Amino acid sequence: MKIDRRDFLSLGIGAAAGIGAGTALSPLPWKLIDDSSIWSQNWPWTPVPPDGAVSFKNSVCTLCPGGCGITVRKVEDRCIKIEGTKGNIVNNGGICILGLSGLQLLYGPTRVKAPMKKDGGRWKEISWDSAIDEIVKRLKNIRKEGKPESVACVSGTDQGTVAQLIGRFLTAYGSPNYIRTSSIADSYEIALKKLHGQFSSIGFDFENSDFVLSFGSGVADGWGSPVRMFKANSKWKDSKDKALYQIESRLSNTAAKADKWIAIIPGTEAILAMGIANVIIQKSLYKKKLIEKYSKGFNNFKALVLKEYSPEKVSKITGVKKSEIIAIAKKFAGASRPVAICGSGQGRTPGSIFEFMAVHALNALIGSVNNIGGVFSVPEPDYIKWTEAEKDDVAAKGIKTDRIDGAGKKYPDTRYLINRLIDSINSTGDSPVELLFVNGANPCYTMPDTENVIKAFKKIPYIVSFSSYFDETTEMADIILPNHTNLERLEDIPLAAGLIKPVVGLSMPVVEPECNTRHIGDVFIQMAKLMDGNIKASFPWNNYEECLKKTLGDKWDKLARDGYWVDENSRASRGIFDFTPLVKNNRNLVKPEGKSKLTLIPYDSMRLTVGYIGDPPFAMKTVEDTILKGNDVFVEINPKTAADYNLSEGDKARLTTSKGKAKVRVHLYDGIRPGIVAMPRGLGHTEFDEYLAGKGENFNKLIGPVEDPVSGLDAAWGIQAEITKT
Amino acid sequence: MKVDTKQKKFGMAIDLDKCTGCGSCMVACMSENNVPFKKDETNKLDSITWIKVYKVTNDKKYPDTDLCYIPRPCMHCDGQHGHAPCVSVCPAVATDNDKSTGVVSQIYTRCFGCRYCMAACPYHARYFNWWDPVWPEGMEKYLSPNVSPRMRGVVEKCSFCFHRYQLAMDKAYVEGRRELREDEYQTSCTQACPAGAITFGDLNNPKHTVHKMVQPDNKHHGKPKNPKAFRLLERLGTNAKVYYLSDRKWVRKLGDNQTPNEESSKKH
Repeated sequence: MKIDRRDFLSLGIGAAAGIGAGTALSPLPWKLIDDSSIWSQNWPWTPVPPDGAVSFKNSVCTLCPGGCGITVRKVEDRCIKIEGTKGNIVNNGGICILGLSGLQLLYGPTRVKAPMKKDGGRWKEISWDSAIDEIVKRLKNIRKEGKPESVACVSGTDQGTVAQLIGRFLTAYGSPNYIRTSSIADSYEIALKKLHGQFSSIGFDFENSDFVLSFGSGVADGWGSPVRMFKANSKWKDSKDKALYQIESRLSNTAAKADKWIAIIPGTEAILAMGIANVIIQKSLYKKKLIEKYSKGFNNFKALVLKEYSPEKVSKITGVKKSEIIAIAKKFAGASRPVAICGSGQGRTPGSIFEFMAVHALNALIGSVNNIGGVFSVPEPDYIKWTEAEKDDVAAKGIKTDRIDGAGKKYPDTRYLINRLIDSINSTGDSPVELLFVNGANPCYTMPDTENVIKAFKKIPYIVSFSSYFDETTEMADIILPNHTNLERLEDIPLAAGLIKPVVGLSMPVVEPECNTRHIGDVFIQMAKLMDGNIKASFPWNNYEECLKKTLGDKWDKLARDGYWVDENSRASRGIFDFTPLVKNNRNLVKPEGKSKLTLIPYDSMRLTVGYIGDPPFAMKTVEDTILKGNDVFVEINPKTAADYNLSEGDKARLTTSKGKAKVRVHLYDGIRPGIVAMPRGLGHTEFDEYLAGKGENFNKLIGPVEDPVSGLDAAWGIQAEITKT
Repeated sequence: MKVDTKQKKFGMAIDLDKCTGCGSCMVACMSENNVPFKKDETNKLDSITWIKVYKVTNDKKYPDTDLCYIPRPCMHCDGQHGHAPCVSVCPAVATDNDKSTGVVSQIYTRCFGCRYCMAACPYHARYFNWWDPVWPEGMEKYLSPNVSPRMRGVVEKCSFCFHRYQLAMDKAYVEGRRELREDEYQTSCTQACPAGAITFGDLNNPKHTVHKMVQPDNKHHGKPKNPKAFRLLERLGTNAKVYYLSDRKWVRKLGDNQTPNEESSKKH
């Protein structure tokens, strides 16, 4: 048979069509697609998490001062997930973004895995015994030289058995220099001391408040105990009669949740509070009988606010309309259970005592002090009842020396002045601190004028860090004795964040220590035993667990069972409210440093941790691309101001203050007062892991401390800045 | 054996006036579902977040500006005839609208990464794994055995924590029950939300809070009868199972992408 061209073509086309139709009808392509997806997914490096018996363990989160109850889900000995404990007094099932990310810290790459010693600028692993020996040897030498007061400790807290053990060690050793990092807790403490005459912490009965007047407090941004505040905020939302007014120059998440946002000129909050007091007194809206019976110096206060703080005058200074001031005052005084609060953002930095006193005076005027829905003076939990530490001659002499940070001297009501510590180290030839312990604090990142802080830390001859993570301060240390992380250790946690009764939580080890770490309490007991003499005698316990159980006594069972203990017997101290210190200090505003036209302010967000721990990878993932893009941080500017500086959305710019400069990008935001530049806190870390380090800029590099004239604490809330397009 | 015949329609109601935008839901989801992370997550197009919190503003000038956060999980669309937009286009039958629960599933081992579903989804709720997941050394320890880690080349999305439903059903069956209590099956984000802004439950069950809150009208493709409630892009007819509530009109209008002069389409 002859095959011509025509046959050839038709055969070819027929065959092609046949193959086409055949393939389409056959299962072959579908099988191939299916197989290819299976083959391409069968890689050995995709992990298959092993299954096993599930268990739940309760503890208390210590990643921030909030003190939430956490429940850890475990599969065999692995922690799988952290959840909020249902029924817990603080957070009842809710949990914040940092607490949720806790396992990334536990199993993360930033852990200090064993004791480390700096050797020629590099970290070298050493044994626990030689690490402790080395420190004890140094401590003995310093003591022999008769300078026990040159040993100091910087810590995130001064409450609980661990802090008390360290304090006890210093006392027996002969040093008065235990220094707590500062926050609004200091400001409230000092304001309460001045107005009520006694030391106490502040507590707020938010669950029962029906009107909350917040002077910049980020109740929906992590102020106080964050989860508790979110829950309270939702409660206010559930009822039409409850309201939150937010006084703040930027539309923060809190301002957005509030029923009213009052965009004040930053730094003038105290003046506004006095203006509100003026209206309340002028219109006789205050609780006369209460004021008569329980206050002192009211007539002077009345005369002062009526003369100096008329709504017209206050309006000019604060930028809040006169009618608005009157409306706020009426609303506040007219509410049945109102409360006024202050401490800006998350309250991680102290504020002006004038402001704290003025705001607290509003509470006094309308009878919200120690009243339902109001503020309470809460005594510190009183359960650590040890005999006094034994002092030999060296200790007795050393403990009487002046504190290196100058606290308690010029400012008698201020207990700790960490900002002054930096100054006193930098202002002398040799550092007055020979040896520094650092626990639960990261001052080389969190303190203003970071460069200056680092300079001071470089001057300290010997720094001992107890950090579980490689943070900025640990990097400055000479030796690291890594503490167990919060999920690995036993510790009592007095809750300091604004509850109305003293509450102690119990952090329980939910997992065996991952690394070669040791409990800081055990380390101090061990060091004390090696120190001999009175120091050894002051530490009668064999280990920390024994110390804690003996200290808690009959409270142990309740704590181990429920995770917390409430001191129901504690009574709010009912002092007379003395207006005199407020009248005396009514001109002591804290002004921003510098002479530029723009004011740079920081802002806090739940998604960016601002405390001593850096943001874990999960939390970093939630940061919006209008805050961080690549390694660039965005600052917020009102479009009107941006136009003055010829800036548009996304522009690169240089931000300059008297303390430093930073490369930033610009995000135009209508929710901010013109003339203000806002920058997020929590970025610009140089340590921690590659998911955090090197991203954005640290706000603290751009601001310096400004001492509050009343307390001596750093109360800088902003700084003058220049911005130029680059 | 007769298996649970009563049809469920699991869904969610999110109170946008309570949501503070804190991001807990996002991380609760990531840690529950073994969601990976990379060194740089600022390119949001390749950043995998099963629930993503959007920030929106009312576009007004200072000082009348207002802002609102909108958490967006997978909407688990029912469509007009039981077809979610993504289900109809999947050539690999890797995604399915489960009739007994209303959950839109995603089966990773079937997915071959064509990403038609991502194109079809009007909510950007689906994410593609451009890379294999990499956990830093030691961090694989926290991975949950209840959710398989995904590999390069597949699409993933929110499952309403379906493994929690399976675990709860297992437990119920062992105890001789065929029905779950409302609190037995809750998603991870609902459980974590510190503001209590998320409510999860069976939209078909009049006793469940989520039903009472939104009052879905099943005769009109689940449109909410509560005037404060709305769904994202309602006009597309996706018949989503995630509802939002807000007292603020501008938020509700924005939710349906209305033009400035358009009147609310909330007529039944």
